[in-house]
Amino acid sequence: MLAVEGLVKMFGGFSAISNVSFRVGKGEILGLIGPNGSGKSTTFNCIAGLYVPTRGRISFEGHDITGKPANAICHAGIGRTFQIPRPFHKLTVLENVALAAWFGQNRTVNREQCWRQAAEALELVGLPTTPETTTEGMGAAALKKLELARALASQPKLLLADESLNGLDPSEMNQAADMLEMIRRERGITIVWVEHIMGVLMRVVDRVVVLDHGEVIYDGDPHGAQSNSAVIEVYLGREAAKREEARP
Amino acid sequence: MKLNPAYAVGLAALVALPFAIRAVFPGSEKYYLHIVIQMLLWAQIYTGWALMGRFGLTSLGHGAFTGIGAYVTVMLWNFAGLTPLIGIPVAIVVAVALALLIGYPSFLQRIRGHYFALLTLAMVEFVRLCIVGLRDFTGGSLGTQPARYGDGISFYAVQFEADRMIAYFVALAVWLAGILVWVRVDRSMDRFALEALGQDEEAAAAVGINVTREKLKITALSAAMCAFGGAIFAQYQMYIGPDTIAGFGVSLNIVFGAVAGGIGVMLGPTIGALFTQLLSEGLRMFFQGSVTLNAMFGSRVLSLDTLIYGVLLVLFIIHMPRGIVGTAMEYWRKHKRGS
Ligand SMILES: Nc1ncnc2c1ncn2[C@@H]1O[C@H](COP(=O)(O)OP(=O)(O)OP(=O)(O)O)[C@@H](O)[C@H]1O
Ligand SMILES: [Mg+2]
Repeated sequence: MLAVEGLVKMFGGFSAISNVSFRVGKGEILGLIGPNGSGKSTTFNCIAGLYVPTRGRISFEGHDITGKPANAICHAGIGRTFQIPRPFHKLTVLENVALAAWFGQNRTVNREQCWRQAAEALELVGLPTTPETTTEGMGAAALKKLELARALASQPKLLLADESLNGLDPSEMNQAADMLEMIRRERGITIVWVEHIMGVLMRVVDRVVVLDHGEVIYDGDPHGAQSNSAVIEVYLGREAAKREEARP
Repeated sequence: MKLNPAYAVGLAALVALPFAIRAVFPGSEKYYLHIVIQMLLWAQIYTGWALMGRFGLTSLGHGAFTGIGAYVTVMLWNFAGLTPLIGIPVAIVVAVALALLIGYPSFLQRIRGHYFALLTLAMVEFVRLCIVGLRDFTGGSLGTQPARYGDGISFYAVQFEADRMIAYFVALAVWLAGILVWVRVDRSMDRFALEALGQDEEAAAAVGINVTREKLKITALSAAMCAFGGAIFAQYQMYIGPDTIAGFGVSLNIVFGAVAGGIGVMLGPTIGALFTQLLSEGLRMFFQGSVTLNAMFGSRVLSLDTLIYGVLLVLFIIHMPRGIVGTAMEYWRKHKRGS
């Protein structure tokens, strides 16, 4: 469904991702993991059209989408969330999502349908669908859900979920994992899930791609990743080292 | 469209207003009507500016659009004998073309905020220079007049200044048209898109909004409204000059009026026009009455009001960014919630 080939993104002289290739099959939940700064969000931003890749090719459903603007990528059927939620504060929660339903489908649905789809997306993620609810005072978990609802409202075939679950507690993380699984079940949406903590994600994903320093170091079965020496070294090793440091 | 009863009453009051003025001030009705007409015409122009200004697209160059509206219409009438009935649409097309010419590259290059404002400033200066440069036609900085047609009341020539009653209802209709455009935009999905991209263009693009196209659409609409307003203003004043309808001073006036009234609410720019009209009338009387100021500045005393507008604009932006109407509404809402 999605194929990324030899993707490179340079910021000035610094290459945030230096050679990333992977594929996503229809109906899959793919975990894209890697330590901080390994290039996960940059990869997403290249696919979603926020960045123009320096080199490489991205194709979606057989069409080349490399370097297309973000709105065109959205219309092609790729929805995305931002790692740090970016809600539109001047709009209500429902309007935030209705907007995505309207423009995300390139104005092909009528207004009533679009408000209904917005309510459905909010229901799916478990946010209130009342028209008065504003984004004011929403917590980190709720804002993440709003990001998801907004991405879902554009009726994507592929969802790029950038979920660094740092700000959430373990039960919230598990909820988030359940939610992505439920989204695939209910909507049949293919999902690429970005994460840097392995544990929560392993339960739900079909396959993982591990990034380190902008390169793919592992692509395959999630259980295999946990026993792969390269992954353990750059990833779990570092996590473990961090845990050691944190210990008094 | 359902009409809120309060608006129906307000509209009825506006229809009755000129008759009330005539009854109450039989001797000086012309003067009072003149003030109200000017207020309505500026209100439409301010509303046109706020259409884009409310979304963070701050233009300091809308004097270019009012100027084009006025000058193209009058030049076509004076030198080509073309009725303003056609001349005004032509002027609007020219203004929209200029808006797209400036808007398209700057939106594509993501020129925003101060840089966009500076660009529009250059645009209004360019238009003023064109007007002054073509002085053989435009009368240069002294301005010129549309050729009078018959007794000064004509549908064909769009001249109505001679009868203040007619002029009032023309102004009322023009203002109302502006308000209707505002309401239409306000209720559209495009408004959501503009609010969204005004805050975060990248997130807006991510949900499928074509940011450049949305900005261009509202800019074109805003330019068209101001060009229309400028043309009608010229037909009412029966005089056009770079300082009264085309220059930077006009641009500043528009920004000040709209911001003072409140750019986020339907009647904000209108209240802003009321405010600036009263203010400029008050200042005019004060300056003319003040012996000291007259001794210091002579007849140039009248241009002091631009300076005062500038200072007031800064004060409003700092202390009352939502404008008179926005602030009043917020105050009212808080009190309602509190009680
Ligand atoms: N716009 C940018 N300009 C310059 N450097 C950038 C930019 N975006 C990302 N980078 C750099 O590129 C590298 C990869 O960043 P990226 O955000 O993709 O990492 P990540 O894997 O998403 O990390 P995290 O887990 O912290 O979200 C980092 O070193 C980052 O500092
Ligand atoms: Mg990231």
